[in-house]
Amino acid sequence: MMAGRDAPVAVAAAAAPAGSRPAIGAVWQALAAVPDPEIPAVSIVDLGILRGVGWDADDPAMAVVTVTPTYSGCPATELIMASIRDALTAAGVARIRLAIEFAPAWTTDWITAEGRRKLREFGIAPPDGTRAASASTPIDVAGISPLRRARVAVACPRCGSNDTRLLSQFGSTACKAQYRCLACLEPFDYFKPH
Amino acid sequence: MTHDEALFQYLLRLGDSPLILAQRLGEWVGHGPVLEEDIAQTNVGLDLLGQARLWLSCAGEVEAGLRAPGRDEDELAFLRDAGEFRNLLLVEQPNGNFAATTARQFLFDAWHLLLLRALAGSKDARIAGIAAKGAKEAAYHAERSADWVIRLGDGTDESHAKVQAAISDLWPYTGEMFTPDATELALIETGVAADVRALAAPWRRHVDTVLAEATLEAPGETFMQQGGKRGVHTEHLGHLLAEMQVLQRTYPGARW
Repeated sequence: MMAGRDAPVAVAAAAAPAGSRPAIGAVWQALAAVPDPEIPAVSIVDLGILRGVGWDADDPAMAVVTVTPTYSGCPATELIMASIRDALTAAGVARIRLAIEFAPAWTTDWITAEGRRKLREFGIAPPDGTRAASASTPIDVAGISPLRRARVAVACPRCGSNDTRLLSQFGSTACKAQYRCLACLEPFDYFKPH
Repeated sequence: MTHDEALFQYLLRLGDSPLILAQRLGEWVGHGPVLEEDIAQTNVGLDLLGQARLWLSCAGEVEAGLRAPGRDEDELAFLRDAGEFRNLLLVEQPNGNFAATTARQFLFDAWHLLLLRALAGSKDARIAGIAAKGAKEAAYHAERSADWVIRLGDGTDESHAKVQAAISDLWPYTGEMFTPDATELALIETGVAADVRALAAPWRRHVDTVLAEATLEAPGETFMQQGGKRGVHTEHLGHLLAEMQVLQRTYPGARW
């Protein structure tokens, strides 16, 4: 089950004397080392799911971390939350409050430039453009093009060729599609714009 | 019925349809026609299960305000009987062959996408937030199932016949998607629920466009089945729940 919005957890008091806390920069640094469990090449900061880090107004030793999950059913969410707790505890944070925020919804636009580079090096084509539809988008599915006609050119992360073909709209995880490069003949994952 | 009572019922409807469809798609694990589609199909199920969890958690919070302590997502999913489920009749229909599963998904996805986009403008911020996130996922679902209807319809004689039969068999379950009842009308009035009547025309346009490209035909006027919104289901739901709920029913409170 997902971590509750208001579930403060007191961690081992030995990690830091009461009242003391690490610098906020050190907290970010610790979080930047937390990998995405399913794509360990990128961190949760690279992915852009970390929406806020600060200190509780009433409890200066309590870090408040806000996370926006990628997909509603992302099975990695609970592990990510546990990893954040571990990383902050190791960095000397006495108390932690984790909050999950659904709105605004996560978008692949939040993946950092560094994250995109790491994805490509890892063999995953990074998302191209965005498909975000806002609430004001007219109620019409006419814009949906069957994938056979998908015209998005996705460059092969291995050889760089644009001569690639979509195999399936869903890959090893819900956030990726499966492509095949017609130049080097290798299959690869494409992180879908979301 | 008070506003919160209506809201609770409405949230159950929003959560139960993706929950039951996710369970159906889960039955395909390891049985897909090819590995890629086995994975794709269950990824769609995973998205739907995630959305169901958000809706049912929200329903439980609303219920807590009505009758403390309220139920959590697990209690709502695993400890209600068939008559208490509020899902569409369409999603509980058996998987049948791949064409039947695809046809069911196609008819549902187009409606689901339109519904979630409309709900993203709900006056209830919780509903708007869950819907905006789900709509992004549903767009990929709708794209995939429409593509498969075209591939099967415009494929071999056998695949054409199977998907045409499935569309015809499932068609009577689509009317319910666009027919609000009193509970829903009250929430539409206050801008909380989406007016599903307004979704019928764009849904039909999309379905007709895809069917035409698939060389398939939409069935003519036919009697439409109703019942899911008030808990009157086809005989298939009980069997599905027996499998889905067996662990929690046998070992109440069991945790992984």
